[in-house]
Amino acid sequence: MGVGIEVRGLNAWYGKNQSLHSIDMTMPANHVTAVIGPSGCGKSTFVRCLNRMHETIPEARAEGSVKVGDMDVYGSGSDPVEVRRRIGMVFQKPNPFPTMSIFDNVAAGLKLNGFRNRKQLQELVERSLRLAALWDEVKDHLHKKSGASLSGGQQQRLCIARALAVEPEVLLMDEPASALDPISTSKIEELIFQLKQHYTVVIVTHNMQQAARVAELTGFFLMGSLIEYDKTEKIFTTPADKRTEDYITGRFG
Amino acid sequence: MRNSSPPVTPKVSLWRRFANHGATAFATLAAVLVLLPLLAIFAYLLMKGAGSINWAFLTQTPKPPGEVGGGMANAIVGTGLILCVASVIGVPLGIGSGIYLAEYGRNRFGDLIRFTADVLNGVPSIVIGIAAYALIVVRQKHFSAFSGGVALGIMMVPTVARTTEEMLLMVPNVIREAAYGLGIPRWRTTLSITLRTASAGVITGCMLAFARVAGETAPLLFTAFGNQFWNLRLNQPTAALSLQVFTYAISPYEDWHKQAWAGALILILLIVGAVAAVRIVTTRGRLKGA
Amino acid sequence: MRSRFQQGLDDLKEKLLRMGGLAEQAIDRATEAYRSRDSKFCQMVLTGESAINEAERDIDELALDLLAMQQPMAVDLRFILAVLKINADLERVGDQAVNIAQRVLDLISEPEIELPVDIPRMADAVSTMVQRALESFLDGKAEVAEAVLQMDGIVDRMKDEAFVVLVQKMTGDCSCTRQALDVLLIARALERIADHATNIAEDVIFWVRGADVRHGGAHYRE
Repeated sequence: MGVGIEVRGLNAWYGKNQSLHSIDMTMPANHVTAVIGPSGCGKSTFVRCLNRMHETIPEARAEGSVKVGDMDVYGSGSDPVEVRRRIGMVFQKPNPFPTMSIFDNVAAGLKLNGFRNRKQLQELVERSLRLAALWDEVKDHLHKKSGASLSGGQQQRLCIARALAVEPEVLLMDEPASALDPISTSKIEELIFQLKQHYTVVIVTHNMQQAARVAELTGFFLMGSLIEYDKTEKIFTTPADKRTEDYITGRFG
Repeated sequence: MRNSSPPVTPKVSLWRRFANHGATAFATLAAVLVLLPLLAIFAYLLMKGAGSINWAFLTQTPKPPGEVGGGMANAIVGTGLILCVASVIGVPLGIGSGIYLAEYGRNRFGDLIRFTADVLNGVPSIVIGIAAYALIVVRQKHFSAFSGGVALGIMMVPTVARTTEEMLLMVPNVIREAAYGLGIPRWRTTLSITLRTASAGVITGCMLAFARVAGETAPLLFTAFGNQFWNLRLNQPTAALSLQVFTYAISPYEDWHKQAWAGALILILLIVGAVAAVRIVTTRGRLKGA
Repeated sequence: MRSRFQQGLDDLKEKLLRMGGLAEQAIDRATEAYRSRDSKFCQMVLTGESAINEAERDIDELALDLLAMQQPMAVDLRFILAVLKINADLERVGDQAVNIAQRVLDLISEPEIELPVDIPRMADAVSTMVQRALESFLDGKAEVAEAVLQMDGIVDRMKDEAFVVLVQKMTGDCSCTRQALDVLLIARALERIADHATNIAEDVIFWVRGADVRHGGAHYRE
């Protein structure tokens, strides 16, 4: 079951440049929230702050309050590694581990965190691959084919399965379909729609039609600030802020 | 159709074709020229040394000077022993340094290490031998396979370290990020994901270093020193193929000359064999499409 | 800026305004036909019908293309939706003008009767409504559209008064039933045109403000 995410006063910097300005946002459990905005508006930075990936970049830091369920992500004593175990992430370019088999890829998060029980591993791998709508296509090659031998769309679903295998409560997706063809894209979108039954999903996208198709809530970011955040239908038919309207009608960005 | 004239296939100009073929020919010639000395040496070795390789050569220790017969069995084993010590020292240290340089050393200190490694790479092998002599042999008051292994191991480190660093840097950062995103700690990511992804290149680096030190003679002059008899103990002087070849080659005995050729041939075959074996073993473990 | 798209939107606006012009012209001619009892104006209305229908087809097609090809959002999407609805309303206005012309032709063929209904005044009011509605579309001014909504009540009252008077005449002693009926139908057609003008105004408000003000309420998205 997913949990809600509550962000209060989130600021982020790359070195001296402030890239996020006091973001307040609440993402309800088991909903899909889209984050849109022009290039450089901070949407990727925002999402990467949610699971403390932002600070893996040298000289990058973030401050503020992010609560995922009962977990205080930036609280004192919070372990970034533990945070990332409970918040899964799928990246823009599919990045399966190239030297590992399909099975090992999905199991990587579990195995490398000490999970040893073989039978349970197999069950979890199958469950994750089914959730990612990839099981039928790979079930005969689990151990023989490497992760990198799949097509782009399959690789991305593999990455989704891999993220799901560690049973996170939240799934963050940073432009997951931008490198894929239309059919793979629609499969991924369909998948996201199914996933929200079990998880809370936050998806960054520069494709507004995609946000319109998959997300119930949409947040519009501009120059590091959250300009408007509302139901997707409202944002795309009668946005309240002129800047939002200018962006989604293609007048800039 | 814009105009109604029949389609014309554009012809590559004569000059372009000449340039294409010329460049290809030049590249091929360069490759052949590089291979030629290698093949020539190998052929010459085969010619001169193959005749002297027999069962006695491979199983017996040297006979006293002047006597005909005997072999280099102890030297073959001794080389193996010394190289084992060298690898045990050189590979972990080298890979460890490489990991540090790639993952944690993008700073001034790392640059210093890199510089030192490059300098070490250029230090003449005999100087390394003398250093090992001064630091180990003199202290222990005897020659040993161990000191020989240390000298060779030190020589392996820069090559292994730099190659490991390069290979690790070639692993795309998105792979590391994928591992972090799964909640895998950094050290685990480096060892189990990044290093594993770069493993083919790292192994090649180790093999390069191994092949290079396997034939070194000068460092062993003052460390392993050589031995006419069997020795399997690390703290005693030990025979080595390269040393033996050197000793026999500068001797006045005809028989020893022949054995020197044979010894050199065996050394080359061992090195090639070792590299090939590692290649086969690592390739077998690779997956389809990896 | 997506200039092809902007060009398409401008085209759409121009076409719709031109169609509006044709509709206004039809109303004026029908009114003039009534005033002057000259059948040539009736003929003009009848022959002008096909131009209005063709314009409707044209606009629908262009709007459909823009929707499919340009994936418009927010204000652009509301604009195209408004255009589609105004398109339908204007075509109906054309139809009603034809109805009026046909009733006038019938009136002309009968002896002229004095009836206490001021059709020209009603027609003027209706014509003004249509004109203002199209103006509000041209300028994108919701306030002008709101003024049109106010006028609908007036025209409704005029029609109700005419109804009462004409029914009285028909049930009384009068051999003018046929003419009275014609005038009643003309009044009704005018009232329907006023309704269409109101619809156009509501569509403009939807486009400009994103508010659904149909059926008397003001509904903004939550």
